Amino acid sequence: MRIDLDVIQNWIAPESRVLDLGCGDGELLQQLGRNKRISGYGLEIDPAQIERCLERGVSVVEQNLDAGLGNFADGSFDTVVMTQALQTLRQPHLVVREMLRVGRECIITFPNFGQWKARWHLAFSGRMPVSDLLPYEWYDTPNIHFCTFRDFEILCRENNWTILHRQVVSETRIGAAFKDFLPNLCGETAIYHLTR
Amino acid sequence: MPQSHVFAEPLPLACGRTLKDYTLVYETYGALNADRSNAVLICHALSGHHHAAGRHRPEDKRPGWWDNYIGPGKPIDTDKFFVVSLNNLGGCHGSTGPASINPATGKPWGPDFPPLRARDWVHSQARLADLLGIDQWAAVVGGSLGGMQAMRWALEYPERLRHCVVIASAMKLTAQNIAFNETARKAITSDPDFCGGRYLEQERLPRRGLAVARMIGHITYLSDDGLGKKFGRELRSGTFSLGTDEEVEFQVQSYLRYQGDSFSGSFDPNTYILMTRALDYFDLAREYGDDPVAAFSHARCRFLLVSFTSDWRFAPERSREIADALMHANVPVSYAEIESAMGHDAFLLPNERYQRVFTAYMNGVAAETGREVN
Repeated sequence: MRIDLDVIQNWIAPESRVLDLGCGDGELLQQLGRNKRISGYGLEIDPAQIERCLERGVSVVEQNLDAGLGNFADGSFDTVVMTQALQTLRQPHLVVREMLRVGRECIITFPNFGQWKARWHLAFSGRMPVSDLLPYEWYDTPNIHFCTFRDFEILCRENNWTILHRQVVSETRIGAAFKDFLPNLCGETAIYHLTR
Repeated sequence: MPQSHVFAEPLPLACGRTLKDYTLVYETYGALNADRSNAVLICHALSGHHHAAGRHRPEDKRPGWWDNYIGPGKPIDTDKFFVVSLNNLGGCHGSTGPASINPATGKPWGPDFPPLRARDWVHSQARLADLLGIDQWAAVVGGSLGGMQAMRWALEYPERLRHCVVIASAMKLTAQNIAFNETARKAITSDPDFCGGRYLEQERLPRRGLAVARMIGHITYLSDDGLGKKFGRELRSGTFSLGTDEEVEFQVQSYLRYQGDSFSGSFDPNTYILMTRALDYFDLAREYGDDPVAAFSHARCRFLLVSFTSDWRFAPERSREIADALMHANVPVSYAEIESAMGHDAFLLPNERYQRVFTAYMNGVAAETGREVN
């Protein structure tokens, strides 16, 4: 169980309706189905991930997030979740807006480009960071819109989105020790719980 | 091997008439498990029949029409599932249809055979399930017109299926689709040998009309790209050399003629008319205030939908409409859009991703069945 998925579960009400954007192999939806008896769907475009969802009985619909969520009615879900996909979208801010139209609340996780390792890498090697978390070269990465925690919170403020919760996750020991004091410097992954 | 059963209980039809008794021909593959929970029903499309998989004799040139997807180790794995495939009522492969004898007159039914709708097939299939001792299908599966039957199952008998697999189908046909079907029917009925549908009594057969109908259908079941890749402008005979007036025949011409001729020798024209009408009439949500969400809110099963990118008769949009309606109705649904250049026919043909998607889903269905046994 990934740490971020564990945190997300705490913010989702039992028997609610959940839409998971970029649901991957369906692990979160399966866990939520077992532990919270939610009903939900995942949207995914990667054929291999779709097959994993099908095999474990998770409802998955092939749909490209960059094409929008126009097929979903306002407020048709309790929570819309998107884990580690924000940075891959062409227009992330529009997708978040759509998430808050379709869901009462939304939960978003993304890698923090302001984490010290990324800053260190760019500052001293002069090259775009490549790490365990972001293992791609700049030219073939699916990650096209990086932001830091601070950037994201500014976006929320500009759009009057309310941040209900924020949790910072770090899998390294140093990061874990300092993530609460210096989140934008030490946190690897942020989990935001938003509402309109 | 095909089996057949005469159903003596009268079947009330959507058109208001009643079939006093009728025969259904069917095949089964695999074995029914102890708690009868692993049965899968195959619903056929326009020109399908009961022989869906395998060969009756080793020397048979071609296996069943969906042999790519039914069999040991295939998506609908006959080592795990008990598969039932029938020839629908109104068909021409052994089940009661327009070419059968009307007991009231002692002559072939012909044009007097009652018009059928998808729900009539579903009700007759439910009686076949009763006969085989199947209270609940693990899955009802169909492509195209077969997918329409599968969806109708989910609304008419919500407790009698756990999964509904709908491939390259639609909640209703578009005007363009109805137009193609009408053109095909017109080709048949305007053949002088059609005799108002009483050709069997006159010992004639409107083969030319049926061949044209099939050719029209065939073109629309393929894609521009698919036909282009397969035939291009290749010539079968003749030449365009200057100074010659030899007649030229394109490969695609000869292919279509072969398709039309072989089909018209093995299919009943009245059945073709009946089946295309059933397609045209189908409208999943008609009786639910034209609201697909209201219709699907009656469903209790899970759905898998599959569409193919180059299918322009049952386009991916049609499947997405089904997915959207199901999601709005809070019914579990999965949907995959398969890249293919083969048009509507793709649902019958080998395709690696389609096979993997179908297998993954059916493995999930089988795993559930296994748990229920324990």
